Amino acid sequence: SSHEHKLNFKKSKEVCLSYIQDAMLQKQWKRAAEFLTFYVESLEKDFSTQYMGPSETIWRIGTEILCHHSYSSMKEFNSFTEQMKTLGVKRYLKVCLEHAFHLLCNGLIDEAYQNLSLAESWRFGEQTAIQDKEMKLIQAYRGLLDYYSWSKQKTILLEHGQDGFEDLSVEQEMHSYFRKAAVNLKEIIKIPGVWDLFVKCYVDLLEFYGDHNEARQVLNEYAYNSKFPANPNAHVYLYQFLKRHGESKKSLVSALKILHDIVPSHELMIDFNTMLQKSKKRKKRRLGLEVIFAALDYAGWKENVKAWSCLARQVKQIVISEKPLDWIKQEWNSRKDWWPAFHFSRYLAKRNWQENESLSYEKALVAGILLGKDCKYFKYVSHQGCKAQVKRFRILKKFVNKHNPVYLRISG
Amino acid sequence: DFNERCAQCSEVNWGLTDGGRFYCRSCHNVTERTREVVNTDFISNTRIQTISKGLRKQEKPDGGCEWYVCEGFQLVLKKQAEALEALGVCPQMKDEILCNFWRRYLQKSKQAYCNRPAGETVKALSVCDSSTDVESEPERPSLLHLSLSESEGDLQTDCSFASSTSRVSESTSVCSGSVDGSLYLMKNQREKLRMTMPMTLSFCYMALLWLREPMTLSDLLRFVVEGHIPYLNVFQHFPEKMKLCGLDLKIFCVESWPVYEEVYNKMLELAAFLDLPRFPDITDSCFLHPDMLCMKYLMEANLPDELHNWTCRVVKKICIGEADFLTLVPGNKSTRNVKYDVLAAAVIVVVLKLLFLLDDHYEWLLSDFAEESNKNNKEGGPYFAFKKWYKVIKCSLDVEQKKLDEERAKYLWRCEKPLFYSAKKKSKVLKRRQMVVSLQDQFGKLSGSVQPAEKPKPSSFQLSWSEENTDGSCFHGHSLKGILQEKCGLLTAMNPAYWLCTVKLCTEKLCGHLAHYREVDFPQSYHFVLRLFSFLLRIQPSYIHDEVCVIEHKLFNKKLCKKSKYNTRLRK
Repeated sequence: SSHEHKLNFKKSKEVCLSYIQDAMLQKQWKRAAEFLTFYVESLEKDFSTQYMGPSETIWRIGTEILCHHSYSSMKEFNSFTEQMKTLGVKRYLKVCLEHAFHLLCNGLIDEAYQNLSLAESWRFGEQTAIQDKEMKLIQAYRGLLDYYSWSKQKTILLEHGQDGFEDLSVEQEMHSYFRKAAVNLKEIIKIPGVWDLFVKCYVDLLEFYGDHNEARQVLNEYAYNSKFPANPNAHVYLYQFLKRHGESKKSLVSALKILHDIVPSHELMIDFNTMLQKSKKRKKRRLGLEVIFAALDYAGWKENVKAWSCLARQVKQIVISEKPLDWIKQEWNSRKDWWPAFHFSRYLAKRNWQENESLSYEKALVAGILLGKDCKYFKYVSHQGCKAQVKRFRILKKFVNKHNPVYLRISG
Repeated sequence: DFNERCAQCSEVNWGLTDGGRFYCRSCHNVTERTREVVNTDFISNTRIQTISKGLRKQEKPDGGCEWYVCEGFQLVLKKQAEALEALGVCPQMKDEILCNFWRRYLQKSKQAYCNRPAGETVKALSVCDSSTDVESEPERPSLLHLSLSESEGDLQTDCSFASSTSRVSESTSVCSGSVDGSLYLMKNQREKLRMTMPMTLSFCYMALLWLREPMTLSDLLRFVVEGHIPYLNVFQHFPEKMKLCGLDLKIFCVESWPVYEEVYNKMLELAAFLDLPRFPDITDSCFLHPDMLCMKYLMEANLPDELHNWTCRVVKKICIGEADFLTLVPGNKSTRNVKYDVLAAAVIVVVLKLLFLLDDHYEWLLSDFAEESNKNNKEGGPYFAFKKWYKVIKCSLDVEQKKLDEERAKYLWRCEKPLFYSAKKKSKVLKRRQMVVSLQDQFGKLSGSVQPAEKPKPSSFQLSWSEENTDGSCFHGHSLKGILQEKCGLLTAMNPAYWLCTVKLCTEKLCGHLAHYREVDFPQSYHFVLRLFSFLLRIQPSYIHDEVCVIEHKLFNKKLCKKSKYNTRLRK
């Protein structure tokens, strides 16, 4: 190790900082606090021309330590954060925002609201314009808290309604929160970004007050505007909205199609496949097969009985009607090299059988069709099933044996 | 004392104003007479005194007074000298040596004590008291020669200098609290050797060397870093009236610890600049003599006392124990100047190489033999085993190094007296200071540790080993028997080989070094030994390595001259 004998202010503080970082990584909060005590004097500008910029570092480190240290209190945290706000005007709103988050995480909603309101009223020459983004976020979160208050009032109102009370003041408050929340939430979701929470709340407000058009427009914008980053949730929200309002199958399918493109492993794929299988249109059913195969490519679905049952049902149907076997062939082509080891190993056969009979049933059906009656998986499970005298396995065995030629045509 | 009657009220009841003038206590009449008395605030204030007569303005509205940069440095030196005295250095250092060096400096750099057109002859400054103990030390050259042959006394300073500053002072007073701050930094002071904070330490060391005090330069610098000698934030001790701001900060505030080389080289420059004569001889009874220093370092490094014979032998062989070699002769460029501490450490390293080879192989072999012998032979003192020593030292060294590294990370550079460049920044600086103090408080409470109230006491030894320790961790009394043999009545090492650190020395003028040390190029045992002394002296291992190379070249001079083909391993 090199021991730097020439020690100056800057180097000394760098070394100090590395000690702080080491302590924090090892969760030694007391030690971190100790070294931070020696680090803070770097805020007093030294006389060299090099700018060290420690205030952001101190803010972040101090916050971490205060969050984790067993003896620190909310009061201390607040006092520290207030000091940090005065340190750098360029960072003022950011600190306010993070302060509010921290308060929220500790359940201090009212304090968080006050902080955000205070921050909203901050003006500082051209800094106000420069920190415009942070300001929008502050307004958005305040809007969110307004929504939360609205929601509380709504619950009270509904309860009173049930009890037969008419509460005008509660209703008025509720409406006023609505207005405040709506204004701010609407603003933030105009800016391209990921605003899941804000969108959900805003849509909730709109739906309550019956403005379905606006809600649909908002969701469409959020999902389809190319300026916004690709966000699977946007499509989920849209789908759920459309479903709630009984929209046509066509629109539901188109909403889910994009979701399938972005996130083939999404949990809604089951619903999607179910919807598509029932369709009269060939194209849709074809898509359904594609969707369910794609979902099962992912490890998270390996043991999902529902998914396997969807696939099994569709495969069975195709096999029985004997057309279009091409579909299966197409889907299987790219999978025949790795699905056997991935899903249909002997080990998995044993495990699936032991842990989940239904799973092994569905999988055995698919394996039997795709890999033939002599494949490890099918052989083991069907044997076990028949041995245990479970009726459906006997039926399964018969079925697969009967349709074995299909396998030959698929694999060839 | 002043005994005249007051012109206004005819009373004899005098007091002194802050400006040093007599005023009548009865009628408050202020006279033009000033008191010619040495102000205890400064070592010698004759300069200030006369400034107050004419040139010095009335006190500034903020309560400050006019002061010159050299006055500031004078204060610094005084504080440092006082601290050294508290550490045990003889009082002469402060009262005579240092202050005379300083006066001479002021004179040579034309900041004071020099010829002016309107000069009056002055009493020659009497320098040494008869209180010196002449018996124990060889005769010192009389310091009277150092005293000022030029006139002194009624110093309205170098008139041209002063008048130029008064012209400039109107415009520059904003840029510095001192009168000549900006001028100080602006002028090309190369020929005049401009004073800096590190140079104050050069002054101190020079004075210590003149008196042959038992403090090496590395000791001095270590005491500075440990806070026993004022250096960092020394301006805290300036009187209230001396306001620092603006460019003064560049002059008096340090942002880094002094570096050995820098202080040392400045000292040489300074000695030459002051036209000092040959320094008092360093003889073998002086602390700085390699024989003495080797003994100290051997003790501190926990090495056997017997090694001292060997260091003395090496010293004698290469003639580095002679007064002519060791004594500083300022301005003499032909002799290589001696860094006593580095030299002693290097001698020890060479001795270790002579006896143990330190090639990462032989020394462990010898250890094994020694430990075998120790097992079989319980009587008599134990044989010294390198391995055991290495383990003990490494353990302690690692602990101490870790402590030192943490201390360095915890240095506090700022002090309660905040400084600011200009009055505009004052409020911001004070607010920052307030915040820093409050944050220190807040996190200090969370750190759970109690801040140690006192500094550790300064000590010359950083590592100490006691023979009373029963764990056998003290090696002073161990014997070198296992590694020595007798040949022709002389004790020699059993080790027949030696490896040179470098075959050829570099030219110092070209690259600044005599050798280039890279850890990977050398055996680990060698690096370990360098590391040990590097820690003790607080300098880079390469400095010691350089010195080791020089010693080796002197020691094996003849063999090197023969230009043998296989020149990395020599037979002794």
